[in-house]
Amino acid sequence: MIGIGHYLGVSAILFTLGVLGIALNRRNIIVILMSVELMLLAVNINLVAFSVFLDDMVGQVFAMFVLTVAAAEAAIGLAILVTYFRNRGTIAVDDARQMRG
Amino acid sequence: MTQAFIFYLLAGVTLLSGLMVISARNPVHSVLWLILAFVNAAGLFLVIGAEFLAMLLVIVYVGAVAVLFLFVVMMLDIDFARLRAGVARYLPLGILLGAVLLVEMFLVAGAWTSGAIAKGVRAAPRPEGLSNTQAIGTILYTDYVFVFQAAGMILLTAMVGAIVLTHRERAGVKRQDPARQAARTPVAAIAVVRPQVGAGVETGAGVQ
Repeated sequence: MIGIGHYLGVSAILFTLGVLGIALNRRNIIVILMSVELMLLAVNINLVAFSVFLDDMVGQVFAMFVLTVAAAEAAIGLAILVTYFRNRGTIAVDDARQMRG
Repeated sequence: MTQAFIFYLLAGVTLLSGLMVISARNPVHSVLWLILAFVNAAGLFLVIGAEFLAMLLVIVYVGAVAVLFLFVVMMLDIDFARLRAGVARYLPLGILLGAVLLVEMFLVAGAWTSGAIAKGVRAAPRPEGLSNTQAIGTILYTDYVFVFQAAGMILLTAMVGAIVLTHRERAGVKRQDPARQAARTPVAAIAVVRPQVGAGVETGAGVQ
């Protein structure tokens, strides 16, 4: 029988894959954004699993809001990426220091 | 038994596609693997009984976010081979980081048990006899209506932000200017001339 532990395991591995993606593809911001989406998906799996196994609907409502924020984040991130590419002609973000940060 | 089989199938494909997302050489393939991961995660939600979230995941992620990624990846002319240069250098650090994180999370998940108090203070236990979608609807539009509105504001802000960031004025494009149109009067727009026969009219004489 599938319990909450199975879902927590899948979610933990998926989250780690997202972190690994950010650590490995440090130059390619498109893959970084996709890794962030993977991490948010892992968080959603966690929320839904707890929501179902504790029989509390709030977790699923909250997962919906996470989904909303993820969509907004992807839109803004890709817009910044397009602007950056227009200005620099590349998307290698490891040498992004135009703002002297 | 069937449920376990389907769970392991979906979970396996989800994790495999997650791995392919971060290791594929071509970002277009990465996006396609990302779509597969989302569809399988939606299947995981279906197995557990969260139908509404599963459908939302397919519609929002596969229908909107993944297509957005595909647009950007395919529209920009990017030299992806050069971007992958540092992967080998970051691999040991990345593996170490991932391993530590994974072990920590499994330790936490293994030590976790649901306490009696946690069960007692549930905010919204699922009402009897309602489907998953109905149960979400009954609390989303009542107890969480302000959060719902805030989510709408976030999406509006994201939309405005994306338009402002990517919009640019191009030179040489003729645009309608309503203010100029409304300010135009017959006096300024028409010139009555009485030219000599064969003399012609100077262009632009008094005419805007």
